[in-house]
Amino acid sequence: MNQAYEISHLLAGAMLVTSFALLYQERIAAVLNAFAAQSITLALAVAWAAWSDHRPDLFITALIALTLKGIIIPLALRRTVERLGIHREVEKVVGVGVALLVGLALTGLAQALVVKVASGTPSHAREALALALAIVLLGFLMMIVRRNAVTQIVGFMSMENGLILAATGARGMPLVVEVSVAFSVLIALFVFAVFVFRIRERFDTIDIEALDRMRGDRR
Amino acid sequence: MIHAYQLVVLVPYAAALILVAFPGYRVGAIGNVLASAVTFGAGLWLMVGDGQVGEYVIVDEFNIVFIAINTLVGFTTALFSASYIGHEIETGRLSPLYVRFYHAMFQAMMGSMNVALVANNIGVMWVGLELATLITVVMVGLYRTPQAIEAAWKYFILASVGISLAFFGTILIYLAGQPALGEGAPAMTWSLLQAAAAQMDPGILDLAFIFLLIGYGTKVGLAPLHAWLPDAHAEGPTPISAVLSGLLLNVALYALLRFKMLVAGQPQALDPGPIMIVMGLVSLIFAAFMLYQRRDIKRFFAYSSIEHMGLIVFAFGMGGPLANFAGLLHMAMHSLTKSGIFFAVGHIAQAKGTQRFAEITGLSVTHPRLAVAFALAVLAIAGLPPFGVFTSEFLILTTTFAREPWLALLPAFGLLVGFGALLMRLQGTIFGEPVGPAHRVDASSVPMVLHLLLVFAAGIFLPPALVAWFQRAAELLG
Repeated sequence: MNQAYEISHLLAGAMLVTSFALLYQERIAAVLNAFAAQSITLALAVAWAAWSDHRPDLFITALIALTLKGIIIPLALRRTVERLGIHREVEKVVGVGVALLVGLALTGLAQALVVKVASGTPSHAREALALALAIVLLGFLMMIVRRNAVTQIVGFMSMENGLILAATGARGMPLVVEVSVAFSVLIALFVFAVFVFRIRERFDTIDIEALDRMRGDRR
Repeated sequence: MIHAYQLVVLVPYAAALILVAFPGYRVGAIGNVLASAVTFGAGLWLMVGDGQVGEYVIVDEFNIVFIAINTLVGFTTALFSASYIGHEIETGRLSPLYVRFYHAMFQAMMGSMNVALVANNIGVMWVGLELATLITVVMVGLYRTPQAIEAAWKYFILASVGISLAFFGTILIYLAGQPALGEGAPAMTWSLLQAAAAQMDPGILDLAFIFLLIGYGTKVGLAPLHAWLPDAHAEGPTPISAVLSGLLLNVALYALLRFKMLVAGQPQALDPGPIMIVMGLVSLIFAAFMLYQRRDIKRFFAYSSIEHMGLIVFAFGMGGPLANFAGLLHMAMHSLTKSGIFFAVGHIAQAKGTQRFAEITGLSVTHPRLAVAFALAVLAIAGLPPFGVFTSEFLILTTTFAREPWLALLPAFGLLVGFGALLMRLQGTIFGEPVGPAHRVDASSVPMVLHLLLVFAAGIFLPPALVAWFQRAAELLG
């Protein structure tokens, strides 16, 4: 039994490492690679939970994570970036050093908060929750410090990876599969928004700064 | 045997499927009105029927109030949009194909909101709210102007982050309930969770409530999480602004209140009251000041919605039977009045061809009847007697004065500041030299007048049966 928890913690820890990797990439292509790595790790973690907890329905969630977020969406986003010919560099609000330090602080906060708050729950569930919370907060951070539509989507999806990890970590939680499907719809819409609305067609950029200038009040 | 709560959910979804198949926007508009009327009928049926607590469904006094308002405003908005949307096709802002999807999405959105309202399972409730949010995102971007796309994108990002945080809170609630209720569905069933609240881990409950407050609070439009709300209101079709302000904010608030009831069941957990009081007051006062700088009429009333949601959250934060009663009443009055105002704004936007205050002047000269209706609606939301909003605001302020005299000064101050802005803008639009075009208005004024009459009637006389109903709901809230 202990071994099962160790493996799931190892995979969750690997996801946290990729969350940090997302923060320090310089090029959008590298961001997408790091995100694909995180999603594949998530698929492994969910599949491991499905196997060790005997919950076969979770294999569906793992499969969605692997195909949609591990392969299809990163490829689709890469093609968008290439076709639109937008800046290949990641636009930063704050530097890499600051972002990593804040990320480190958030991870510490997640650990301290969960360990302090959830003192009544078994230690393995607590650690899984702390790791998932850290991944969620790092995704949130990425959405704040990277001002570009593609990197914001990636930040959101990485946040969502943390949520799915938390949901699979909560033993016996129903509806995980349904919720992961609902989230996939959300993500599909995100990508759809970038693709079909072709934000660039109207703004010549997918930098969110340019969108801000389109506020109705300033007409 | 079919139940009313099934109809409330199934009729809109079935209608959405049918409407998508029908070309021709006139048929679609009629179908939209009919389906909304049937749903409203089911909502009324729910009021006379008995409560219901099942594995996935809960119907008690508390959510029937919300469902009744939801289906009523859904019905009147469908009526309004049927006459409004034809104009949008004539002016070329929308193509018939878009209108077809618009009608189907309207029904799907109503169905999703009703799912969130009747769900006893906190996961299903979350899914309902998420679906309703996604559909409104698409509706806000419907005109596909750069402004509309920007508004939809901002709404999308903020609402998704909010809804993700709310989901994390939901997972935490499950973890807190698991030791008492065991693994699986029971630990996500709201009624069972509430019964077992005293045995839940207070620490996890605290953390969960914070996540849920930020998550669903984003959807309620509480400052500082409100940034999506004015843009979404201003750039989407006017019927959608009416539904956003009148209904979707309420449904998010409903979800938040259900979790407040849960946390209140565990005495060792944090007290949600003070946090909600602070967030409510910040929203109220902030939005009241922001009203002065708005130059767009829909944006202006969107900030007014933030102001009133702040006041409602403040009332529920105060708690106790009387403040809860006042909060529920104010929520109902705000829904009716604000959607009525947006109907009037839709008329004005069609008459003047613009949403800018600077170009909307002298309505009393060009459109006297519309000017009177708009003036009455604005005076109603400003909280003047004899309208129902006065009753509920008066109740909120007097109960606060009775319990915390100093605290009552803050909401009173915020309301006065907002009052000034409303009067200033009202004077500008009604009087003065008319400028710009003055088109004929095709949209039906029946929904607007109906809402005004209801708010007026509620201000003059609240039927005892309705009062008793609201009192029972207020007691459930604790």
